[in-house]
Amino acid sequence: MDFNYDSEQNDLREAVRGLLARAYPDSEQRRAVVAAEPGFDEKTWSRLAEMGLTGLPFDEADGGMGAGPVEVAIVAEEIGRVLAPEPFIEAVVLAGGLVASVGTEAQRGDVLGALAEGGLVPAFAHAEPKARWSASASGVTAVRVGDSWTLSGVKEPVPNGARADLLVVSAAIDGGTGLFLVRADAEGLTRTGYRNHDGTRSAHVRLENTPAEPLGGGGDQTPAIERALAEARIAYAHEALGAMDTALRITAEYLKTRKQFGVTLNKFQALTFRAADMYVSLELARSIALWASMVQEAGGDVVQAADRARLQVSRAGRHIGKEAIQLHGGIGMTAEYSVGQDTSRLTAIDHLLGDGDWALGRLAASVTSYETVDPLGAPYA
Amino acid sequence: MRLHLSPEDQAFRQEMRTFFTTQVPQSIRDRVAARRELSKDQMIESQRVLNAAGLAVPHWPVEWGGRGWTPLQRHIWHEEMMAACVPPPLAFNATMIGPVIAAFGNQAQKERFLPPTANMDIWWCQGFSEPDAGSDLASLRTTAVRDGDTWVVNGQKTWTTLGQYADWIFCLARTDPTAEKRQRGISLLLFPMDSPGVTLRPIELIDGGHEVNEVFFEDVVVPAENLVGEENRGWDYAKFLLGNERVGVAPVAMIKRLLASAKEHAREVTVDGVPLAQDPLMAARIAELENELVALELTALRVVANSADGKPHPASSVLKLRGSELQQAATELIVDIAGPLSVASFAEDGSDVPDWARVATPSYLNYRKVSIYGGSNEVQRTIIAGSILGL
Ligand SMILES: Cc1cc2nc3c(=O)[nH]c(=O)nc-3n(C[C@H](O)[C@H](O)[C@H](O)COP(=O)(O)OP(=O)(O)OC[C@H]3O[C@@H](n4cnc5c(N)ncnc54)[C@H](O)[C@@H]3O)c2cc1C
Repeated sequence: MDFNYDSEQNDLREAVRGLLARAYPDSEQRRAVVAAEPGFDEKTWSRLAEMGLTGLPFDEADGGMGAGPVEVAIVAEEIGRVLAPEPFIEAVVLAGGLVASVGTEAQRGDVLGALAEGGLVPAFAHAEPKARWSASASGVTAVRVGDSWTLSGVKEPVPNGARADLLVVSAAIDGGTGLFLVRADAEGLTRTGYRNHDGTRSAHVRLENTPAEPLGGGGDQTPAIERALAEARIAYAHEALGAMDTALRITAEYLKTRKQFGVTLNKFQALTFRAADMYVSLELARSIALWASMVQEAGGDVVQAADRARLQVSRAGRHIGKEAIQLHGGIGMTAEYSVGQDTSRLTAIDHLLGDGDWALGRLAASVTSYETVDPLGAPYA
Repeated sequence: MRLHLSPEDQAFRQEMRTFFTTQVPQSIRDRVAARRELSKDQMIESQRVLNAAGLAVPHWPVEWGGRGWTPLQRHIWHEEMMAACVPPPLAFNATMIGPVIAAFGNQAQKERFLPPTANMDIWWCQGFSEPDAGSDLASLRTTAVRDGDTWVVNGQKTWTTLGQYADWIFCLARTDPTAEKRQRGISLLLFPMDSPGVTLRPIELIDGGHEVNEVFFEDVVVPAENLVGEENRGWDYAKFLLGNERVGVAPVAMIKRLLASAKEHAREVTVDGVPLAQDPLMAARIAELENELVALELTALRVVANSADGKPHPASSVLKLRGSELQQAATELIVDIAGPLSVASFAEDGSDVPDWARVATPSYLNYRKVSIYGGSNEVQRTIIAGSILGL
């Protein structure tokens, strides 16, 4: 067991941090980028691709870098640190991850190769307006006519769904949920994009007898979806760590510089203790997020590990986000200042793939089935 | 001890309920219910409806439109108003500068300002906070220098709520920089927002809205007659203004409304065909919040029932503290009920995300403010620890 990054991983972190620090030197730059379509910076996306990050977890044979979950986590944390709006988790971990795990060799070559090169940004169209967090689909149905398939129904909110060059769509099929590829110019596809509260984008996606290509061999893909969602939850946990780390660092800095009543705010123990509690939340969340990535790498029960990470990070994100604003006073409420942006993003992350109570509900359902939790034993290792 | 309202108070409550639910335009109340922002005109219209019925400033002295109600009646008035989704009278007018002018202004100021203040013919904004004077308001640096029979104001205010709509500002300025105690050299001045030398810069908040502003003063000339009360006594008036209102500090009826709509949404949203409201975790969370709210409502009632002599009940300090926390918890609950739809805040026509879910997160983020302004929760704890517990 080792919680430290090796030297290559440290190098990766430094390289990503450097790239993103140049792209997003301050919160104003981030604010300017998300103010314009498509809600992220295409140039930064290209630079991420040049660094190999948009193909990071994919096999080299598919055009990727062959890296593992720890590397993905490192990138996600650096993204969170500056709230880079580029859809790394959405396009690479989630949509790309599904193509990697389910797709045929030809699909993997086509999609992942282009994604790795930066020329293609896919999105996973899975959420449905009438469904809560779930691994299955019911609002979009797939119909087979001869050898070809069409999809009908609505997906929303689809992160980055309007900008995406390719949609990976989940749809109800006989006996489960299938996965399909839908091209951006497909017939009967209507996408209406809009801003999320955190500046990123989502879309309403309507499919009307839209031609679609089954991903992989077809059939029920619910387990693969469940797994991809779990891996994305773990990646989001790391993105949240980056955002929480920034929010805490900036808050601590502010307490040292902001003066009221003739002294800097750090003279008030009522406030410094609150910052200390934020640190406690952050470090506990960090431990469990790092652990979840190691479980994933070790081939353990990634779904349950992701639920544990989700719960802890959800609680931590809320705690740190709220306190970061409160300890700043009015300035924390402004769109210009970074802690408000951090809190908004943390709130979005919390609700994208299942919030803390949702994960708690899943964990609660099985507490009587084991005696104690051993994070280093079964089912995790 | 007695649980029931007296028959008179019951009749009073019914009278209020009938008025608020029948006389204030439905379109305005719908907008409040949807938690959408009101336009300037809607806010003015609604307050004028109340004022025409003598319901805008019931707590003012009777000769200026007050009603001489008991604190309990004022509480009932406020709660019924909130329950009916009627926007309360603009605080800057009704609970801040109005009572100050009524208590400390001269006769000419009362005559000039009070009727239009009650009727929203003047929209006031509050010029207290400055970039370096927030919790420590007494450190404010905006100056007013006497020049013949005028004051010349220079400096900057910030967080000025709805300054973009305001006709006038009530502004704290330092008039005696040499005063031994900082609090002793401050005066309260009134001047129009379109005075030469006043400029306003909007501040965008995290929910994307524009409700606060920076306001800059450069050699703004204010007639000497616009100073309220005595020179260098502005601090006392500011304290009076901030500590004046005990009713409506804890927005009980508003939180009730939030919880009621949360439950309605939780019944509509389903998880595998089962209403979310039946999820044991969700139901427990709602029940816990409701119980906290019951405790808060009863505390508010205990405070109003016991403050007949005009002195605030010590427990009133818990109202702002816990009231803001519960307000925030209720908005957070609605975000969680919206779940995956809660990210889609700026969805437009053609979206399947219902309006309440779109509003949920911006509203939650916006309500982080309620524990910061009007005396932050840290300030409230300082009051409880210091003034009540003697610590
Ligand atoms: C949305 C909004 C609307 C507003 N509208 C108006 C308006 O219309 N007019 C107006 O004049 N002002 C307005 N305000 C300003 C508001 O009153 C101030 O934000 C408030 O007084 C806090 O000051 P600050 O923001 O400078 O924070 P600071 O005073 O810098 O406080 C930062 C943090 O330190 C804490 N703190 C400060 N001192 C102590 C201490 N001694 N002990 C423990 N903790 C402490 C605070 O509680 C806070 O958590 C508004 C603010 C907001 C957010």
